[in-house]
Amino acid sequence: MAEALLSVRHAKKYFQTKNGLLHAVDDVSLDIQKGTTLGLVGESGCGKSTFGRVVLRLLEATGGEILFDGVDIRKLNKKELRKMRNRLQIVFQDPYASLDGRKSVFESIAEPLIVQKVFADRLALEDRVYELMETVGLAERLANAYPHELDGGRRQRVGIARALALNPEFLVLDEPVSALDVSIQAQILNLLQELQRKMGLTYLFISHDLSVVKHISDRIAVMYLGKIVELADYREIFKRPFHPYTQALLSAVPLPDIETEKNRILLEGDVPSPIDPKPGCRFAGRCRFCTEACRSEEPVFREISKGHFCRCLLDCR
Amino acid sequence: MERTTGRYKKRSQAQEVWRRFRRNKRAVAGLIMLIVLLLCAAFAGLIAPFDPNKQDLVNRCAVPSMEHWFGTDELGRDIFSRIIYGARISVSVGLIAVSISLAGGVSLGAVAGYYGGASDNLIMRFMDILLAIPSILLNIAIVSALGTGLQNVMIAIGISSIPGYCRIVRASILSLKEQEFVEASRSAGASDFFIITRHILPNCIAPLTVQATLRIGSAILSCASMSFIGLGIVPPTAEWGSMLSTGRDFIRNAPHLCTFPGAAIMYAIFAMNLIGDGLRDALDPKLKD
Repeated sequence: MAEALLSVRHAKKYFQTKNGLLHAVDDVSLDIQKGTTLGLVGESGCGKSTFGRVVLRLLEATGGEILFDGVDIRKLNKKELRKMRNRLQIVFQDPYASLDGRKSVFESIAEPLIVQKVFADRLALEDRVYELMETVGLAERLANAYPHELDGGRRQRVGIARALALNPEFLVLDEPVSALDVSIQAQILNLLQELQRKMGLTYLFISHDLSVVKHISDRIAVMYLGKIVELADYREIFKRPFHPYTQALLSAVPLPDIETEKNRILLEGDVPSPIDPKPGCRFAGRCRFCTEACRSEEPVFREISKGHFCRCLLDCR
Repeated sequence: MERTTGRYKKRSQAQEVWRRFRRNKRAVAGLIMLIVLLLCAAFAGLIAPFDPNKQDLVNRCAVPSMEHWFGTDELGRDIFSRIIYGARISVSVGLIAVSISLAGGVSLGAVAGYYGGASDNLIMRFMDILLAIPSILLNIAIVSALGTGLQNVMIAIGISSIPGYCRIVRASILSLKEQEFVEASRSAGASDFFIITRHILPNCIAPLTVQATLRIGSAILSCASMSFIGLGIVPPTAEWGSMLSTGRDFIRNAPHLCTFPGAAIMYAIFAMNLIGDGLRDALDPKLKD
């Protein structure tokens, strides 16, 4: 197997709140191989975006190791981190909030290049920005447009061009298509796949939409309340979901087939609070197969078949 | 072939702003009013028909006439000439005091809002202290510490209105710094200074211009009250505020002593507010058309 470009070990991010310690990301470990895409799915508030930010050190992790190409990002000093930022970038969910309304398209894309002082020469900078605009499919005439003059898809292309400006190796894609309408989602997803092929990029693709993740990912991690509950190859996870939560998630994916009878697994109850979580399995309160042991014993993350990991005490497949 | 000019021609920001400003009729009216005021201040010697300090005790409190357009005051001085000369002081007090408070308030507010924590607490509690003292008392305290004179009055007025700006900037920054475009900038490795000056402050312009143009008027008034208690402009120098305060004693018998300086202050404030509103809209690319 190829060497892992990003290797996260026991990453934790806790937030101090008035009511207690909020476990946003709790002991997450995963590897992403060079040139592949890891899809990270989970419902709102499960900590997937927080995890994306912890990986880039936009948020300081509470504990654990984040090894990028063998270097622990958490141990870098300010100067080293600044250099490292060349190699890791992020594309945000909301292309309305992620672009400064007072900056033109050109200025937004040029910003990382100016910040990192990549070009001393103004002309070279301009050439690079136009090259990036072409790469993501933005017409040259849009250079002077402001974000509010563009539609969502074009804005997201600006966001992608900005992330690509520094020639990164690794991109965190934080729900890059969930704010777009479906026809544009497909365009952006295809663009991302094409860029990955051409530039050998490695993606951490965060989403709550399984059908989107299936389309783009090599491996898929399912997150529930700050913990990874299942991690496997994308085919494997759709064919043989192991964890009851994954099963419920998959049963919620709409099928474009009226013949198939749907066996929708409905989850009861609310997501428990991530503040000072109770011992035992996090999913116990909503699980169909919950046993006495689930409520007291914390399940370990174990390999159930080659490359297929799951955090469940039972074998309820 | 070697290229010498870039492909990217930025739409000139200043030109764009001016184009949008020009389209706003009220803003242009305000600008014209301000230009008239500035011309009066600059060429007071040519415009004023009389020496502003020349007394004519026979003609005291004369009502407006062809000779004295705005009448004369309690010492027989020509009010019109005094207003023209007074424009110099009032306009410079307004502009300089506001610049001082703008500079102080924006930098303190930016530090407090962006860094938060202890620096935020320290700065904002200090601002609370400033706010707790009535501004007139604060002005008196500062002027008595620095000594009387126009310059020190401007400094005092500037300092006492710092908290307003500070709070506005801090509040805008608190909401702006959580925005994703700030995070994007940070993920590119931008320094705090870069983020504050390139992203955050440009987005604070709207509330700041409004506050600044409104405060010019109140700075003129504060200067007037300082003159009234004898800590500001020394008589007989013509200044709108001091003219207003002395005219107050004669308001029953000769209301024009107050009316005209009051109207002059109103004119200046009105002009500044029109310009301020126009600028706020012109500086926002979202309101382009």
